[in-house]
Amino acid sequence: MSTDLLVSVLKRAAQRGATAADGFLVEESHFSVSVRMREIENVNHSREQRLSLRVFVGRASASASTSDLSRDSLERVVDEATALAKITAEDPHAGLPDPSTVISQVPDLDLEDAGGDLTPEEKIEIARRAEAAALESDPRVTNSEGAEYSDRRARYAYATSHGFAHDYGTTGFSISVSPIASRNGEMQRDYWYSSARKRARLEDPEAVGRKAAARAVRRLGARKMKSVEVPVVFDPETAATLVRSIAGAASGPSLYRRASFLLDRLGTKIAAPTVTIVDDALIPSALGSRPFDGEGLATGRTVLVRDGVLESYLLDTYCARKLGMQSTHHAGRDGSGVSVTTTNTMLLPGKTTPEELIGSVKNGFYVTELIGFGVNGVTGDYSRGAVGQWIENGELAYPVEEVTVAGNLLEMLSAIDGVGNDLVLRDRTVAPTLRIGRMVVAGT
Amino acid sequence: MERVLGGNLIGKVDDADIYLEYRINEDLVLEEGAVKKASRHVSQGAGVRAQSGTRTGYAHTDEISLKNLEEAARQARAIADRSASSGNLALPGRGRPHDLYAMAEPPIAADLARKLDLLRRIDVETRAADPRIKQVIASISSEEVIMLIATASGWTVGDVRPLTRLNVTAIAEEGGKREIGSYGGGGRVTFDFFLEEGRWRRFATEAARQAALKLSAVDAPAGSMTVVFGPGWPGILLHEAIGHGLEGDFNRKGTSAFAGRMGQKVASELVTVVDDGTIANRRGSLNVDDEGTPTGRTVLIENGILTGYMQDRLNARLMGMKPTGNGRRESYAYAPMPRMTNTFMLAGQDDPAEILKSVKHGLYAVTFGGGQVDITNGKFVFSASEAYLVEDGRITAPVKGATLIGNGPEALTRVSRVGSDLKLDEGVGTCGKDGQSVPVGVGLPTIRIDGITVGGTAV
Repeated sequence: MSTDLLVSVLKRAAQRGATAADGFLVEESHFSVSVRMREIENVNHSREQRLSLRVFVGRASASASTSDLSRDSLERVVDEATALAKITAEDPHAGLPDPSTVISQVPDLDLEDAGGDLTPEEKIEIARRAEAAALESDPRVTNSEGAEYSDRRARYAYATSHGFAHDYGTTGFSISVSPIASRNGEMQRDYWYSSARKRARLEDPEAVGRKAAARAVRRLGARKMKSVEVPVVFDPETAATLVRSIAGAASGPSLYRRASFLLDRLGTKIAAPTVTIVDDALIPSALGSRPFDGEGLATGRTVLVRDGVLESYLLDTYCARKLGMQSTHHAGRDGSGVSVTTTNTMLLPGKTTPEELIGSVKNGFYVTELIGFGVNGVTGDYSRGAVGQWIENGELAYPVEEVTVAGNLLEMLSAIDGVGNDLVLRDRTVAPTLRIGRMVVAGT
Repeated sequence: MERVLGGNLIGKVDDADIYLEYRINEDLVLEEGAVKKASRHVSQGAGVRAQSGTRTGYAHTDEISLKNLEEAARQARAIADRSASSGNLALPGRGRPHDLYAMAEPPIAADLARKLDLLRRIDVETRAADPRIKQVIASISSEEVIMLIATASGWTVGDVRPLTRLNVTAIAEEGGKREIGSYGGGGRVTFDFFLEEGRWRRFATEAARQAALKLSAVDAPAGSMTVVFGPGWPGILLHEAIGHGLEGDFNRKGTSAFAGRMGQKVASELVTVVDDGTIANRRGSLNVDDEGTPTGRTVLIENGILTGYMQDRLNARLMGMKPTGNGRRESYAYAPMPRMTNTFMLAGQDDPAEILKSVKHGLYAVTFGGGQVDITNGKFVFSASEAYLVEDGRITAPVKGATLIGNGPEALTRVSRVGSDLKLDEGVGTCGKDGQSVPVGVGLPTIRIDGITVGGTAV
């Protein structure tokens, strides 16, 4: 049992002088296969494990991790973490959560596929079908970066020196296709994917391939635009990246470091009244669900933004203590340390169809892909490369590339004047189509 | 090694190798005036690869045992067995590994007390640099990777790779406004590198200066304009605009905007760009790449003409070219692919001050954040974090961060001036491709590009 190993590591930490400790163990196996131009390209198998340990010596702490679970290595990890904790500074906010607050019953969120494994040939066939559908759906699809099928099975165990010891398992499956369309020397690549905790919930490989091909083909003939200020409609994929930026600015470490544009804004209006964002860890079989957080605290549903008002931050125990608040049970463990992470984050849908949102724009930009890192989390200043379709008189008129969209996230959120009804929980962070009243599109 | 490779792989595939790795990472973070976060991570594992034609089978395990390696080799070969071998066998590895970063005391082994002391001094220095600095986060990351690779052709080589980085982030506040500044550096150097030539002090004051400066930044312009790039880290322009597009894999598959353009003019004749993994102590340098090939110096563009691709063994074999020592991987958990090392433009003739003076209306960009490129259509972006308006040859107001966007095969044709002041970056770059991160370097002299789109908000 994986928790037994953790408990023995925590015991040794106590013997070495740790006053408290917690440990996290991930064991996972992974298989992926990619097919390119109908030929197998890569087949990858892996088995990985990582034990991470956080120790407290009084109010000082340190962490260590190892992928080598041999007895010698584990002893060394404990000794190094305890030695490091003895040289770091005391921090009055450091420590495990109050033992009375950790969960006693682990809810079953149905995160594991009960079905048997497919053979490598069957997995190759799934990738092959997805790519073939893309290649066959349009004569302009002439090349491909390939299609991939992957699956993953993982077990997560968490234990503390206070006696908490629980574990849970997950599975994950995904299909992705990246076709290239070309015409008159121009080449355009796009991408589509499906991922799920249960294999049966994956979208049909042919459907994924056809959607990817359609996305690539619609980019052919892309033009640059003159710089202009217009309404901008974000498709669900790009709208989700806005939600990610908000979640990042609402997370504890950026707040106590005063490095967030959401600092001191709790309880105030940060977005249009049609905007509600929730983080829900308990949706059965969802990609971001988890039965307890990285500190053993019960997970649940947190409303980040309700009707445009910032209602909650995302905190773990340490950040909460620093800010004089309560943990929102968003501690994440990535195998090397503790951080704040979201679960299933959703901007809730409105009543308008995406067609109506696009139809409401006389002259504007429909964004389907964003590139680059131009988001300043401290000020909210926003400037990213964008690809999409120009909207003329409510219709998608022609593809556009080599432009940027820019503004400030707080102003953009307040300027949301349309929320689509097309929310699909197909990833960890999702949003429906969003319309923003005005943004600067920079081009020639 | 022989047992795993020999019995299982030889004779049935075009190429095969085993990669063994042991890695230690140490991270020390100071915030709010004290080092409260310290961590140490150990990873070890092995990856076994078999290749046949365009197919690659890869298996990795973090338990290095003969049994696991043989199982990994069996899995890797299963894929190769399904196809006919191309009959075009990989050449045996050749050439002597370099010796670019031998040192008495690697940074991972330097005394912890000295590291903690330096972090505390940086905190004081950064705060003292400007009264508006309210938060300082400083970190020292140190790493040591020990790798060993054995290929089916009988080539076995190892490398011990030290790496360290010091980073300073400052947050300035004034009248309810907040801004962030960041600076740092490092390389395959000892801890003392930070103490030499006043480096740590420079990193601290630079982070503070940038944060404070941005408090008074005006909206960045929107639209196409003349941009002068400062020397050093702005070389990320090359990494995004042409570097990725010249990696062998994308060109073999014909998915790069540069595919089939070898020998053609892709830049102004002032432009010569090289990728050089052999510069002593640089962050992007390697004695041998992660396939055991000694690194080299590849001229990518010479006087504007496309002259070279960066290759790993697989793509070199399939394209009938030579491996260039650019086969890299993040760790044993990944198969290698063609990646950059240190990518930079050679110095030109122009006086940097004269280049600025030549601009009537434009932007002077000196510090950048990250960038990204769409290999297939060639569009690239990178974000200016410190930039100024230029009016009649003079630097005027600092502008807010803005993304610059351009087209790789076209952008460098508009380079009209190249300065004499080539500088390599301070040693902070990390490049991501297909989910794998590797340390890289970039470099640039001051250059002028006549027309690139600046993604600000001031129309």
